[in-house]
Formats: sequence, C-alpha cells, structure tokens
Amino acid sequence: MAEAATEDWPKLVFDRLVEADVHLFAYVPDFGNDRLVKLANARNDTQTVLLSAEEEGVALCCGADLVGRRAVLLMQSSGVGNVINFLSLVQGGRFPFLTIVTMRGDYGEQNPWQYPMGQAVTPVLEAMGMLVIKVERMDELDHAVTAAIGAAFVAGQGVALVLGQKFLGAKSF
Amino acid sequence: MAEIALDRRGLLAEILPNHAEYLIVTGLAGAAKDTAALTQESANLITLGGAMGAAVSMGLGVALGAPDRKVAVVTGDGELMMNVGALATVASMMPENLTIICIDNGAHGETGGQPGHTSKRTNLALMAEGAGLPSTFTLTAADQFAEARRFLAEAPAPRFLWARVLPGPPADYRRNWDLAECRLKFRHAYLAGKSGG
Repeated sequence: MAEAATEDWPKLVFDRLVEADVHLFAYVPDFGNDRLVKLANARNDTQTVLLSAEEEGVALCCGADLVGRRAVLLMQSSGVGNVINFLSLVQGGRFPFLTIVTMRGDYGEQNPWQYPMGQAVTPVLEAMGMLVIKVERMDELDHAVTAAIGAAFVAGQGVALVLGQKFLGAKSF
Repeated sequence: MAEIALDRRGLLAEILPNHAEYLIVTGLAGAAKDTAALTQESANLITLGGAMGAAVSMGLGVALGAPDRKVAVVTGDGELMMNVGALATVASMMPENLTIICIDNGAHGETGGQPGHTSKRTNLALMAEGAGLPSTFTLTAADQFAEARRFLAEAPAPRFLWARVLPGPPADYRRNWDLAECRLKFRHAYLAGKSGG
C-alpha cells in the first residue's frame, strides 16, 4: 500500500542522486531529510555538510559547480525564506542548482508558525526564477526526481524538488 | 587590540604574492576590487557583486570539490558578518586547503562608509577561533607581512587571517559583472588544468 512504499522514498531519491553523480549533500537538519543524510553519511564516496543556515548551501553548491562537482541542498520549507537573496547567484551565474525541500506548513500541519512560510514556498521560489517540481504521491516520486536532476544538471536550471506533507506525512503535536 | 596602521592598497600583493597558485573566491565590493586588481581578473578568480554573505560558503564548496588545490576566500568584514555562522560550517568540515582572508576596514565601504561592528567591539579573529578554526592571525601593520606570508603558507588550515586596515578606498578597478561569463571562464580553466594534469 501507498504508505509502506512512501517509507522507502529516501533510498530512491538517494540512489537517483548518486547515479547522477551528486556526491555532496549540504543540509540543515529536518525530520524530512534525516534519512537521506544518514544514507549519505553511510557511504565513503558521498559527503555531507551540516550548514548553520540554508543560504550557505546555495553558495556551497555553486562553489562545487565551479570545480565541476554536483551538489544538492536539503532543507525544510522554512529555509526557503532564508535562501532568497542567494538565489541571485543561481540566476545571475546560470548555475545548475538543485534543492530538495521537505514541506511544513502544508497539508495536515498542526503548528501555526509553519503556515506563513510553508504557503509562500512555491511563489517565493518561482519569483526567484526557480523551477518548482512538487511531489504529493509516491508514484510520482521517481519521475519527479529524474526530472529535477535532469533540469538542474543537464539543462542547467535552478530547481526545487518540493516534497509535500501529503507525501511525507504531517508531524503530530 | 593593536593600533591599526595598515593601508589596504598593496596589502594583498604583499601577503598573497603566490595568488596564481590559488582558486580564489571574493565577497562583493572592496575585497572584490582589490583582488581583481591584484590578479587582473585571472581565470582562477571569481568575484561576487551581490549575494552578500556568500563568499565563505562558496569558497568552502570550491575547497571541498577541489581538495587537491589551494583555495582562498578574500572578503570584507560586513560580508563576513552577514553569514558568520559559515565559519562554524568550515570548522566542522576542516578543509585542509582553505584560507580565509578578511580585509576589515570597520565599515560598509560600498554603501557610504557607515561603521560596522568591528569598528566597535567585535573581534573577528576570536569569532573564527570560537567557531573552531585551528589557526588565526591578526595583521595590523606592514612590519608583520613576512609573518603573515608564513602563516598563509604553514599554519594548519582552515586558517583565518584578519587584516585590519585603515579607512580608505579599495583598488580602482572595474571588473566583469557578468557572473555567468565569469563562472564559465573559471570552470573551464579549472577543468582544463585538471584534465591536463
């Protein structure tokens, strides 16, 4: 059933990223990206970078690109608010850039603090020229990850793969 | 803290005569102009014109991606302070090829010279040390140049050099503002050098 399949999503996303030669995983910790980070920590050929703030990850991914390396930024939706000005790098430098955003303030959210930024994620990213690919169901995931990786690293776009709370499940309080 | 007697003009030429050996990322404004004038915008340099606070993190990305190369970040005090948590990120990763040079004029030079925190009580060398960087050096006068060069060559990295300079204009240099063009130039030069061994 769908819920059991959803449990395996970090492995699928991680495998697709590694297949696409993404070896640097910059992140601000979130329940949503925790297993992805653990998978990256478990391998010798992938490296994780714990960030103090999400915007560092945009600059770090661009820096890696300057020397021909592929990186990804993993962050919670609240972090989208922190990266806005740094997305100028992506647009102005035409850097390929991929971020995976795990949503809060979305379907089923119980913490009112999460709603303002959560609901602003897509318009804010789009206002900064990012392509937003949202996933709500497990059966969309594989295609969405492949599309996001292709748009970023083949077509050279700034791309956000947004994993919604209908997909991830909402945290209860 | 020691009295400042350092002119920023000529500073980088004194402490970084081997700039061609590095991959260099600069912050915006004065640090970018000083470094662009030093290297005449060589292909091993990327200068920022915005995204204030991005320089250290971009340099870290370069350093982690090219562990076989020396990497330098050259930035100003305002730029560094805007994302000073990046120093902790650097310390956690401990890249052995990364040097950070902060040209600190104690002011926001690009927007009219308004005073910054370091003109008051903030000590960036202590902040870098507190973040966990293994080596820091405070440069306030020309008679320390030889010692500063030794620090950049030998001190355990990641290392942080805090150059406290007198107020005064940076190099008068008009650099290329087209980041997409600069990205391609830097990237092609790096990758060509790599494949050429």
